[in-house]
Amino acid sequence: MTEGDVTGIVLLSLQVSATAMLFAVPMAFAVAWILARYDFAGKSLLQALVTLPLVMPPVVTGYFLLVLFGFNGFLGRAFRAVGVDFAFRWEGAALAAGVMAFPLLVRPMRLSIETLDRGLEEAAATLGAGRAMRFFTITLPLVLPGVIAGAVLGFAKALGEFGATITFVSNIPGETQTLSLAIYSLLQSPAGDRAAGLLIAISACLAIGSVLISEWVGRRIGQRGRA
Amino acid sequence: MSLEVRIHSRLGSFEIAAEFEAGAGVTALFGHSGSGKTSILKMIAGLVRPQSGRIMAEGRTLFDSDTGTDLAPPKRRIGMVFQDARLFPHMSVGRNLTYGRWAGNRGSGADFRRITELLGIEALLDRYPATLSGGEMQRVAIGRALLADPALLLMDEPLASLDQERKREILPYLEEVRDEMGLPIVYVSHEVDEVARLADTLVLLSDGKVLGSGDAVEMFSKLEFGPALGRHEASSLLSGTISGIDAQYGLCEISLSEENRLFLVSERAQVGDRLRMRVKARDVALSLKAPEGVSVRNVLPATVRDFARDESPFVEIVLDVGGQALRARITRHAFDALGIRPGLPVFAMIKSVAIGQRMLSGRR
Repeated sequence: MTEGDVTGIVLLSLQVSATAMLFAVPMAFAVAWILARYDFAGKSLLQALVTLPLVMPPVVTGYFLLVLFGFNGFLGRAFRAVGVDFAFRWEGAALAAGVMAFPLLVRPMRLSIETLDRGLEEAAATLGAGRAMRFFTITLPLVLPGVIAGAVLGFAKALGEFGATITFVSNIPGETQTLSLAIYSLLQSPAGDRAAGLLIAISACLAIGSVLISEWVGRRIGQRGRA
Repeated sequence: MSLEVRIHSRLGSFEIAAEFEAGAGVTALFGHSGSGKTSILKMIAGLVRPQSGRIMAEGRTLFDSDTGTDLAPPKRRIGMVFQDARLFPHMSVGRNLTYGRWAGNRGSGADFRRITELLGIEALLDRYPATLSGGEMQRVAIGRALLADPALLLMDEPLASLDQERKREILPYLEEVRDEMGLPIVYVSHEVDEVARLADTLVLLSDGKVLGSGDAVEMFSKLEFGPALGRHEASSLLSGTISGIDAQYGLCEISLSEENRLFLVSERAQVGDRLRMRVKARDVALSLKAPEGVSVRNVLPATVRDFARDESPFVEIVLDVGGQALRARITRHAFDALGIRPGLPVFAMIKSVAIGQRMLSGRR
């Protein structure tokens, strides 16, 4: 395995995870908001659906993605109609990573929205701030630590996603072969141990780096209130 | 009339049916916890929606169930000071204070320097709420509400979460706001002391209903509100002007009228200051003849106006002192022995020390 191959695998993994977060974070925030602020008939159903990827075998999640978003899946066809193809493409890997990371995103976001003192929003309203202004000046800054914690956790999870990805979009070098899949492939071949070691080290560094960044950001935001 | 409230709301078994008007100055909504005070305040602010009724402020309709009017809180121009201050933790004091201006598009008419000086918070602007004391937080919260240039200020037990020391620290600031800002204030409280000091108008609430409302001084003198204002706290409010200061004895002389004078201990008094004094009924003793050789300095000629006598050991009496009402509580035994009846001239004796400084409030 050449140096170029390693760089390619790392870059592909970052691309897949970043894309996954780009779409999953706003959606997870919306779901967390709904779960935290509203009571409605299907609430427990939505809650179960969101948690599902966490408790279901990843292979099964991958299978459902294949059925729904695959070449013949009805969602797959719908997306293909607007120019997005998931089947055996890196976009599919990003979808799998996003779905698998979703529960990890929602939980801390929901928690921070629920623990936010709604009295602060009331106070802002009496001072003349409209709905959007209240959201951007009060609510969002105060729940940001939860959003960032969720995003970083989700990013790390997306980087390491394996089961659903390999089931959904297979293990195609240069297209869907992310770090975890590459490590798996190398470990299967007799001479791959050394190269696998390098990728394992990179994976570990990325994971530890993510956690450190999230801690740092969380602390900085937490400090603002006490400066 | 600056505020007209007529609301009806049923929350489970609790029903609020309140109707009152509030003019200039401080209108106190007084009642025990659970009497619906805070709910009424939130309805005026637009944070809770009444089931029916109408709320008018400064000639504007804020809520009217008949026409379907229900202005959102940001559109009501009503400032609110909450019991727990509710400062924004991620903003400096300065940003908190100007929030109404930069986020609410309000407050161009409010004078930043004047208000921060009035509340003594000029030195706190760069601090963050987490580093403030409870009293400082509440002063910043009052400043923040005032700087949003409200047409009406609502205060929901702003002193309730503070200890005695801090309450004493803030009360003079509240009086300053009342006297300097010329803003109608609706003040919710369950502390007779605060109400006696601040209120011009008093609305008595119990179980979501208005027991009575009117001029605070008159309300305090009415026997029927004794139970609502607390048996032990039964008191009357006297007003007078400081006519002299005796530095040698540390007393000041207060004229209630031409012929009636009181001597009180007061450190921050100035000749010409208008004062309101709260005199507890149990601190007033009666005599049929002008007493001699007693230590009590304050002896006021009075006439018995009214009394409430039942089977309890005490009798509540309302006296007329130069046109002002003064309440007295004496034992039923003394009442019968003295033969007290309406129209009887008596002498009311009040110990100077019974009217503590905290019961005084100045007004220019």
